[in-house]
Amino acid sequence: MAITDDVLVIGGGLAGATAALAAAETAPDARVRLVTAKQSTLRHASGLIDVLGYAPDSEGQGQEQEQGQGQTPIVDPFAELDTLPTGHPYERVGGEAVRDALEFFDDIAGDAYAGGHTDKNALVPTHGGTVKPTARYPTATADGLASDDRDALLVGFETLPDFEAPLAAAHLEAAGAPFDARGVTLSFPGIVRDDAKVTRYAHLLDRNEQVAAAGEDEIGAREALAAAVESHLEGEPRVGFPAIVGDDRPAAVRESLADALGVDIFEVPMGPPSLPGLRLEDLLYAALEDAGVRMTSGVPVVDYETGNDAIDHVVVDRNGAEIPHEAAQYVLATGGLVGKGIESGRERVSEPLFDCHVPHASDRYDWFVDDVFGEQPYARFGLAPDRELRPLDANDDPEFRNLRAAGAVLGGYDYAAEKSGAGVSLATGYVAGTRAGEESE
Amino acid sequence: MAHDTTVLVLGGGSTGCGIARDLAIRGVDVTLVERGNLTGGTTGRMHGLLHSGGRYAVSDQASATECIEENEILRDIASHCVEETGGLFVQRPEDSDEYFREKLAGCRDCGIPATVLSGREAREIEPYLAEDVARAIRVPDGAVDPFRLCVANALDAERHGARVETHAEVIDLLREGDDIYGVEVRHDSGPGKRTHATPGTTEEITAEYVVNATGAWAGRIGAMADLDVAVRPSKGVMTIMNVRQVDTVINRCRPKGDADIIVPHETTAILGTTDEEVDDPDDYPEEQWEVDQMIDTLSELVPIIEDARTIRSFWGVRPLYEPPGTGTQDPTDITRDFFLLDHAERDGVGGMSSIVGGKFTTYRAMAEEIADHVCAKLGVDARCVTAEEPLPGSEDIAVLEEGMDSFGLRSPIARRSKQRLGSRAPDVLETNENEANPVICQCEGVTRAEIQDAVEQSGSDLNAVRIRTRASMGNCQGGFCCQNMANELHPRYDEETVRDALDELFQERWKGQRHALWGEQLSQAMLNYALHATTMNRDNDPANAPAQVDYAQFDGGA
Ligand SMILES: Cc1cc2nc3c(=O)[nH]c(=O)nc-3n(C[C@H](O)[C@H](O)[C@H](O)COP(=O)(O)OP(=O)(O)OC[C@H]3O[C@@H](n4cnc5c(N)ncnc54)[C@H](O)[C@@H]3O)c2cc1C
Ligand SMILES: Cc1cc2nc3c(=O)[nH]c(=O)nc-3n(C[C@H](O)[C@H](O)[C@H](O)COP(=O)(O)OP(=O)(O)OC[C@H]3O[C@@H](n4cnc5c(N)ncnc54)[C@H](O)[C@@H]3O)c2cc1C
Repeated sequence: MAITDDVLVIGGGLAGATAALAAAETAPDARVRLVTAKQSTLRHASGLIDVLGYAPDSEGQGQEQEQGQGQTPIVDPFAELDTLPTGHPYERVGGEAVRDALEFFDDIAGDAYAGGHTDKNALVPTHGGTVKPTARYPTATADGLASDDRDALLVGFETLPDFEAPLAAAHLEAAGAPFDARGVTLSFPGIVRDDAKVTRYAHLLDRNEQVAAAGEDEIGAREALAAAVESHLEGEPRVGFPAIVGDDRPAAVRESLADALGVDIFEVPMGPPSLPGLRLEDLLYAALEDAGVRMTSGVPVVDYETGNDAIDHVVVDRNGAEIPHEAAQYVLATGGLVGKGIESGRERVSEPLFDCHVPHASDRYDWFVDDVFGEQPYARFGLAPDRELRPLDANDDPEFRNLRAAGAVLGGYDYAAEKSGAGVSLATGYVAGTRAGEESE
Repeated sequence: MAHDTTVLVLGGGSTGCGIARDLAIRGVDVTLVERGNLTGGTTGRMHGLLHSGGRYAVSDQASATECIEENEILRDIASHCVEETGGLFVQRPEDSDEYFREKLAGCRDCGIPATVLSGREAREIEPYLAEDVARAIRVPDGAVDPFRLCVANALDAERHGARVETHAEVIDLLREGDDIYGVEVRHDSGPGKRTHATPGTTEEITAEYVVNATGAWAGRIGAMADLDVAVRPSKGVMTIMNVRQVDTVINRCRPKGDADIIVPHETTAILGTTDEEVDDPDDYPEEQWEVDQMIDTLSELVPIIEDARTIRSFWGVRPLYEPPGTGTQDPTDITRDFFLLDHAERDGVGGMSSIVGGKFTTYRAMAEEIADHVCAKLGVDARCVTAEEPLPGSEDIAVLEEGMDSFGLRSPIARRSKQRLGSRAPDVLETNENEANPVICQCEGVTRAEIQDAVEQSGSDLNAVRIRTRASMGNCQGGFCCQNMANELHPRYDEETVRDALDELFQERWKGQRHALWGEQLSQAMLNYALHATTMNRDNDPANAPAQVDYAQFDGGA
């Protein structure tokens, strides 16, 4: 028997979660369900919420190479939204919707995120040592802004080769950061294996596990870490660590370290697996539960049936059993090339679930340019929607009346170059979910 | 007149490095110059098949005989660079029985151990072979790592006093009358400590004798002294698969094979290759259809290849040579034999010989022959010992095994590190117990100690570190570990050098992937791009930008 809901969101990343939350808020009586296959792209992402850091290349001058390279970052992303080319997801939903979506996010995130006090971008240190513009950042990173001129001590660990603190400090200086940064490399108290997972570091601190300390018996991991850092402090008012400072209780861990050292503590966002990204996912899933969204996770949507230009139902594969799921409105938020909402073969690029139209060059050699950071066509692969976010077919007609798309499954923007990934997922998720909620009633 | 060096070898591929080693061991003062990095030419862009000779057993029995002899020698002196996979010549129903018989007889004529397997027996060895494979001939083909083998030769040459100068391009031959007495090189900025001279500066290096071992580029060098060396460069494509579908080298048993070999290498398998003449070895088209066609052809032998994930494709150019007047039309018909051109005998110009043609498998024999020739000219009567002297890293397996255990490295990594490093493993892996030795490249399991060792030897040139260690050559194509490799350069090298080295490595890794950009690999490319551009902002790093960022204008916190 079919499972029946009012709104069905497919894909549980930032865009899908936002869409489900927006639908639930817009239509409080509607039954909203989110079906998702695997962990989302957030496990890779740094957890920052970028809105727009650099202007995309305007149309026409789309020559090979050097698109944004060497640009200075945008100070006020919201002021730039109206200048974007036609077809860019922000242009589709409009600048006002982007603001609304960020406000919606700020409400959900509460005090886990900061940056909402201003329209301006912040410049956040990266683990490579340069800075990047972003609109919202985890509270754990708030004291680490590079656009804050207090001196900083960066602390790295011998066993975490991703973050070489002295190098990052030198790089910040080369990037012109307005403060003195120093870096030291320590061994992490309680880490005995060279290949411990990042969660191991975080859990040591979360649980304040007893670790061996020089001379003494055993002390808590937080005290031991503070003690190791203390002798290296030269009066810096803030100390930055790679983003491993707690998994379940990051605020408490930071507070213990801050109290012990008398400084502010911050995290530098890291590459995969990214704890800040996973914390954001946890936060969203808690909000979904609070909002009464029904969750079906660990299973993919594999097929669908239509009737009257609309999707009648989709089929979920639950360990081989094909279970129909029926709804009035659908939101496709299956991600881009990374989330597997967009796939490619030797001949063509496609959206594998509904086979919605994905504009792309027919010659595979036109999918990329030679400069790795050049204007990469593949980075813009995705669906082209109307202003309602309904994916359009090759003739610019909506593929289905009751299907909207949100997040990285959309095309027409290069989030990596623009620094707009999470912002687009929020804005389009918010709009798609709100519309789906309205029309489900 | 005093010369800077006795023998000057041009070209740092397998041939040039092999010659430098051979001469250096014989006590000759040698300098080798290479325009890019070692293995930067064809040697770093080949299929890695250690031929048994089976491939040439019908068409070119002299080459076949030489292959089996050298195959046996290399398994002995360079066991750490060779994997003895064995090889199969596979017959499909449409392939001729007569050719199969000729192949078998040819192998036996040339002394290549060969046994016939039924289709079922062949599938027992290689379960992914197509159902309709009829029979196969088993021969001692192997997989060889050209990077390690070439570098091992260069290292040994250096140990015996040779000067090895990379990033030094020959821009002119010094010729006076009918005598060539050296070259002019232009030094370039190879990052790292191998840079002996300021980039852009030129240097004249004089020598008693010059050996032109520039492979597909030998004609260019010849032209610098108005000598005609008719190399016919011929390109071939290879595609790396993400898993090792076969453990044995798979060849198609038919007369003129194109795109018909699969060679297993460490955790991957490499498909290859094609043969098409090109005009310019530095600038030739790399085309999609070549890759597609090869995958189609090889999936007739191993059907799962059709849908398997590829990592990247790359091309190389063979330095084929024909004596003047042969006029072969099809490059697949040009002999794989090598030719020693003594320009004194041939052109009346003394002081230089060129060595052209040949194969990687027979590099040592080529080197021996030319070293004999040079020694005769110089009046040196030392004997060649390269067929017996193991290459650095290949001796002492037992010591190694012991060492591994005591290092406490877990077996997959230990095993692979050990294979890579040969007898140098204890030195490299015996890090201070208190020093952390985390894995820097997860895909290939390369540890900090190995990277540090490679940096010690190659300086800040991360591409050279990659070649020595295989770091950044696995599934993620460096997306996740390039940054970590660069981090290892600090504080030995300053921040700016590290930044440049990272950029160079990352661009180089991208170059190789472009021909396999679909499916999983395209998704991986997007992930890598996002990691480097979004998370790290390496595309718009203010440290590289011309304009200053005004930090005060941005959000400085609540
Ligand atoms: C390395 C990296 C770093 C990044 N850093 C930043 C950053 O610093 N700041 C920023 O703003 N953005 C960043 N981004 C971009 C941002 O993370 C993404 O744009 C955003 O997370 C995409 O969200 P999404 O919900 O559209 O897709 P995804 O997060 O990819 O979610 C798609 C979901 O759909 C599921 N799914 C797919 N197919 C099906 C199916 N058939 N049935 C059911 N479920 C399915 C997937 O399993 C997945 O859970 C980064 C991205 C990457 C890759
Ligand atoms: C597609 C393909 C697949 C192959 N597969 C196999 C195989 O599986 N097994 C096998 O045995 N053989 C194989 N071969 C053949 C083998 O790779 C070559 O024969 C061998 O590597 C040639 O080595 P070399 O040193 O002569 O040439 P190279 O490696 O090309 O060395 C010549 C060097 O000279 C340098 N040079 C050029 N110009 C200058 C200059 N002006 N100044 C200074 N230096 C200069 C170049 O940079 C280059 O490094 C293959 C070849 C190709 C093309």
